[in-house]
Amino acid sequence: MAEERRQKQCSVTLPTESMKAIAESIGVGQLQEESCTALSEEVSYRIKEIAQDALKFMHHGKRRKLTTSDIDNALKLKNVEPLYGFQSQEFIPFRFASGGGRELHFYEEKEVDLSDIINTPLPRVPLDVSLKAHWLSIDGTQPSIPENPPPVPKEQQKVESTEPLKVVKPGQEEDGSIQAKGQGAAQSDGKGKDKGLIRLKPRSTHELSVEQQLYYKEITEACVGSCEAKRAEALQSIATDPGLYQMLPRFSTFISEGVRVNVVQNNLALLIYLMRMVKALMDNPTLYLEKYLHELIPAVVTCIVSKQLCLRPDVDNHWALRDFAARLMAQSCKTFSTTTNNIQSRITKTFTKSWLDDKTQWTTRYGCIAGLAELGPDVIKTLILPRLTVEGARIKAVMEGPVISNIDKIGADHVQSLLLKHCASVIAKLRPQPDVVDQYRTDYGYLGPMLCSHVMKARTQAALQAQQVNRTTLTITQPRPTLTVSQSGLSGSTGPRTPSIIKVPSSLALMSQRPGTPSQPSPPATKYIVMATSSGAASTQQVITLSSSQSASPVTTSVHSATSALQPLVKLDSGGSTGLTASRPLQKYIVVSLPPSASSSLEPKSTVIPTPIPSASLDGGLKLERSDSPGVRTQSPH
Amino acid sequence: IRLPVFSSAHAHFICKMAAVQGGLVDAVEEKTIKSEPVADATANNSANDARAPSSSPGSGVSPGVNKPAAGAAEDQQTLLAVLQFLRKNNLSESVEILRREAGLPEDSLDQKGGDSTGTGLGGPEADGRTDAGSLLSRVTVSSSAPSKAVAEDQPDVNVVLSAYSQQGDPALYEVYYSGLKKFIETVLDCHRAELSQVFYPLFVHMYLELVYNNHENKAKAFFEKFSGDQECYYQDDLRVLCSLTKKEHMRGNETLLDFRTSKFVLRISRDSYQLLKRHLQERQNNQIWNIIQEHLYIDIFDGMPRSKGQIDAMSGSLAGEAKREANKAKVYYGLLKEPEIELPLDDEDEEAENEEGKPKKKKPKKDNMGSKSKKQDPNAPSQTRIPLPELKDSDKLDKIMNMKEATKRIRLGPDNLPSICFYSFLNAYQGLTAVDLTDDSSLIAGGFADSTVRVWSVTPKKLRKVKSAADLNMIDKESDDVLERIMDEKTASESKILYGHSGPVYGISFSPDRNYLLSSSEDGTIRLWSLQTFTCLVGYKGHNYPVWDTQFSPHGYYFVSGGHDRVARLWATDHYQPLRMFSGHLADITCTRFHPNSNYVVTGSSDRTIRLWDVLNGNCVRIFTGHKGPIHALAFSPNGKFLASGATDGRVLLWDIGHGLMVGELKGHTDTIYSLRFSRDSEILASGSMDNTVRLWDATKAFDLETDDFTAATGHIHLQDNSQELLLGSYMTKSTPVIHLHFTRRNLLLAAGGYNP
Repeated sequence: MAEERRQKQCSVTLPTESMKAIAESIGVGQLQEESCTALSEEVSYRIKEIAQDALKFMHHGKRRKLTTSDIDNALKLKNVEPLYGFQSQEFIPFRFASGGGRELHFYEEKEVDLSDIINTPLPRVPLDVSLKAHWLSIDGTQPSIPENPPPVPKEQQKVESTEPLKVVKPGQEEDGSIQAKGQGAAQSDGKGKDKGLIRLKPRSTHELSVEQQLYYKEITEACVGSCEAKRAEALQSIATDPGLYQMLPRFSTFISEGVRVNVVQNNLALLIYLMRMVKALMDNPTLYLEKYLHELIPAVVTCIVSKQLCLRPDVDNHWALRDFAARLMAQSCKTFSTTTNNIQSRITKTFTKSWLDDKTQWTTRYGCIAGLAELGPDVIKTLILPRLTVEGARIKAVMEGPVISNIDKIGADHVQSLLLKHCASVIAKLRPQPDVVDQYRTDYGYLGPMLCSHVMKARTQAALQAQQVNRTTLTITQPRPTLTVSQSGLSGSTGPRTPSIIKVPSSLALMSQRPGTPSQPSPPATKYIVMATSSGAASTQQVITLSSSQSASPVTTSVHSATSALQPLVKLDSGGSTGLTASRPLQKYIVVSLPPSASSSLEPKSTVIPTPIPSASLDGGLKLERSDSPGVRTQSPH
Repeated sequence: IRLPVFSSAHAHFICKMAAVQGGLVDAVEEKTIKSEPVADATANNSANDARAPSSSPGSGVSPGVNKPAAGAAEDQQTLLAVLQFLRKNNLSESVEILRREAGLPEDSLDQKGGDSTGTGLGGPEADGRTDAGSLLSRVTVSSSAPSKAVAEDQPDVNVVLSAYSQQGDPALYEVYYSGLKKFIETVLDCHRAELSQVFYPLFVHMYLELVYNNHENKAKAFFEKFSGDQECYYQDDLRVLCSLTKKEHMRGNETLLDFRTSKFVLRISRDSYQLLKRHLQERQNNQIWNIIQEHLYIDIFDGMPRSKGQIDAMSGSLAGEAKREANKAKVYYGLLKEPEIELPLDDEDEEAENEEGKPKKKKPKKDNMGSKSKKQDPNAPSQTRIPLPELKDSDKLDKIMNMKEATKRIRLGPDNLPSICFYSFLNAYQGLTAVDLTDDSSLIAGGFADSTVRVWSVTPKKLRKVKSAADLNMIDKESDDVLERIMDEKTASESKILYGHSGPVYGISFSPDRNYLLSSSEDGTIRLWSLQTFTCLVGYKGHNYPVWDTQFSPHGYYFVSGGHDRVARLWATDHYQPLRMFSGHLADITCTRFHPNSNYVVTGSSDRTIRLWDVLNGNCVRIFTGHKGPIHALAFSPNGKFLASGATDGRVLLWDIGHGLMVGELKGHTDTIYSLRFSRDSEILASGSMDNTVRLWDATKAFDLETDDFTAATGHIHLQDNSQELLLGSYMTKSTPVIHLHFTRRNLLLAAGGYNP
């Protein structure tokens, strides 16, 4: 195999068309075919030669990636003028387009508004090189400090969970130790025996050190305790600490048991805390969660579809929990679904099945739809849109029929707004332009007219955004780019900006690991918001939350929370009471920007009044903000 | 007066080149231009005396000149080509000299004799010669790869290549090759492994012949058919080879010319060789027979054929294995006697009495750490074999410190592993290219791709510059703390940046006395920096191409450098010209190290060989083959007996210098090894790699073996695969390649690397 590949590599030459194109570009037309071939062979040879020289520079530069400067140096070696000024920001500077059977590579040259450039604050100067010392090993053992990699790397966790017999001593070469084990059987010196034992008995996860036990106790207590600040810290620790691997089974059991108990007791607050723990665990890049999905996923699904999650379903905002859990579910589908475990399809089937059931309660119905909707537009298109008519009729029956129970009505109301929210954007993309109310009515039944207005709003918003891309991005995301752009754009540069190493890799890895999941809370913000000037970050939060609370205010009536521990989270729904938000310190604003507020904020818009912010944009904006909200929230008490 | 010197030197170089082309690759080409280091007269008087006798026979004795007959015909041919070239360039004088010397080929190789007859007197001549040396460094470059200077049409390349012009039927090449393949596959098992060695060089030469004779398609077909059969460790070379499909390409290709100019060395037992010979003669397979005779050097030995494992352990270099005789020269690997310095018990009054650095057997009373070196090691070179700088007071103080620290040293072992402190360079943006630490671990320096060199103090003591000249005048020079007073407190900082290079800094080295720092760069220069003023003192120019590595001698004053031009140079800090040039490597010299006794220099190269050079006479005294990739790390054991080397293939090889044998192989790393270091008492070998790990190996166990006479004589090694037993620990960094390792005097391991987020 490798041989074949190599041979192919060897015989690769540039196509003669390139030669022609290059010749034409410098004004030589009508290059003969033979000359082209000769040229292309020569050029290919030279390029290979230079590439091989450039490799030398890479090796001596102690890098794994070949850079343009290596090629410059290789050219210099050959006494050729290097290519000056080829310092593209991106890895590949040109774009690719195809159509009509033609393929085109082109440089993307965007029109740049100078005033924007002038007005944007200067990027920060990259930090100077600095030296930092840490202990890699103390008397032969590696201390678990943030500067060191997690004691058991993810790959090994995987190996351990999939092939428990292959377990190796941490820090030892895999195949090597197996070899040694083979020898260990024969020769019975102490070391060999030791290894043999390990092989016979796979690592047991029972023993935790005293420190670990203490940590576990502290963390779990903080996570479900009443102090929000402590909880924030605990969750942050779960999300970033590299050494949690050994405690993972306990956390997993803690969560699943916790959910089981608290669902029965309808303890909404605790359920929310537990879900946040799940989220934190999923955010930790060093953990191999696959092994514990059988405990975590049922817990999450319970929080999505359970008939009753709180003591007073008519007032408590269990919808927020369902949304949050649905998002978690979507995230885990994305990360963990494989062809063997089929998580996504199994989950989809479960949701669909219970949704189709006529006897299903509104709460469960809401959860199913939310769970499905979070899985992405494709799922919405294939599974939800066809059912809109039926669902619309059902909602109509509740809304317009005889009042049976208030709970049903609220449920139907929520389902309706949920459907509108998720379907509008999808429909906007699917349907051709003229949005005729009657047509919508025939297509989607009861929900048709509302959908129509939503779709129209979505469209206008999209158009508006397209028109003033700069404006909107500037106004809305201005403070954020200073955070995100500096992270991804300068790649290596920002991470190390903080003096400690630990924060960087985890957060960066997270960004790269799960890039395109807009609906998920994005973990890195957790840290960066703190680092950034708090005023900047907070101000945006404020803007958004204000608007949402404004819009939310007309509908919801303020209710007292069930328990004192719930306060911040339950208040947020009732948070419409403007007096409260105004009087409270900043953090309360931020708390208000939780997901539920977003969903509830949409609700009035559809029925009551056009809010100052067009719904679609708000939706997008909120999503952004919302995605940060857990992180923000965790930081807020500081 | 300059021109004649110049041209005569020129001629010598070309002669040398001719010799190389003729196939006398080994020791002959290692001749270097000699010049006496014009050091302080006092220090050098005795040294010069010591050197005088040994330097004159130096080159004549070299072991490689023992078969001039074989290459004589070719020699003649190449000489003619050289003459032609000289005439074309109107270097008539050189032509004369060369012709005169061509009559006496033995002499023509001895540059020393030739030169002194040519121009006479000592002092200026020495200067002139070194001068010429540097001017001609490019020619020296081409001595190993003649084509390099030959971008234009030059006749000698054609001469070199013309050996390929023998015309066979191109269609038959495949038949020949597969015929041989079939034969080798059917021979007895014990011979098969040995004979299989022939495949690769044969394949290459046949391919090149096809290419040279413009059978492009045939060549491609040939390559495709048989390249898969070659050993995997030749892949890199094959990749170069396969891009080469036209005769025109052959001109500038270094790899190719290496192949042509150096005979590929194979070690084959007599029985196997006879078998091969008989087969080829029976089949009338002249094509292959010719190639074997012309391009291969078969080192025949009597005895049992070697096993596949044995062969694989030693092969892999660009030009085959080292010949046995290449490793026969005596190497004085022992340590020099430590100058005796009393440990100050209460106060330090011995500074005055113990003035000169020579031990005087004064009061051997205290049993200190230096005691073990009191007996003269039979393997140690004489104290004055090469002139070494005198110990300064500060050096003595440092030695005392060293001894004091040594008493607090931790004894390491498999059950007592060292702690590792890791220095991460943050915000380096992948630009960290070299790191060095001072012996006392007080300073750390980094070379960067942005051409800067940065020095940090890792102790609380800050870095200070010396005051300006005007301010220095104001100082009371009689005061006791004058050394303290000359420092400018205002400039105190934790780190200093040294600007001066114009390309990435690839090599960096502190002087043992911590007053100087050397850096070598892509811009072809080596710079000497003062750590008192933090300014550049000298730029050593000589390498015209990137200088990959440089290192100070453990005794200071001398330093060695090596780079892309394939020549390692020995310098003294007070000479702007090199003292020695070590040429012989077939590809870039990637790393250079000094032997602890400063009498030898070791270089590792992209040609996958390691060579040990004698500083005294410039001879290559050891060639170690066995690595399968460019060598990027070298380390001598503190007792000078052993050498460890690491390469891109991720393996560490251990060498016994005295016997010239490979004694161990440490497998485990998955990427290039960039740093190796022995603990202060040689118990532990630490290796750092691109795969982000530091690994610790049991060096005591690895070297604990008896070398019997038979192995020493035949060079047949039996390596046991015990890497896993020797591996004591492996420590992963988060995302930091380990590019430097250092044991402090108390055996704490320091590691350094640039953090790559």
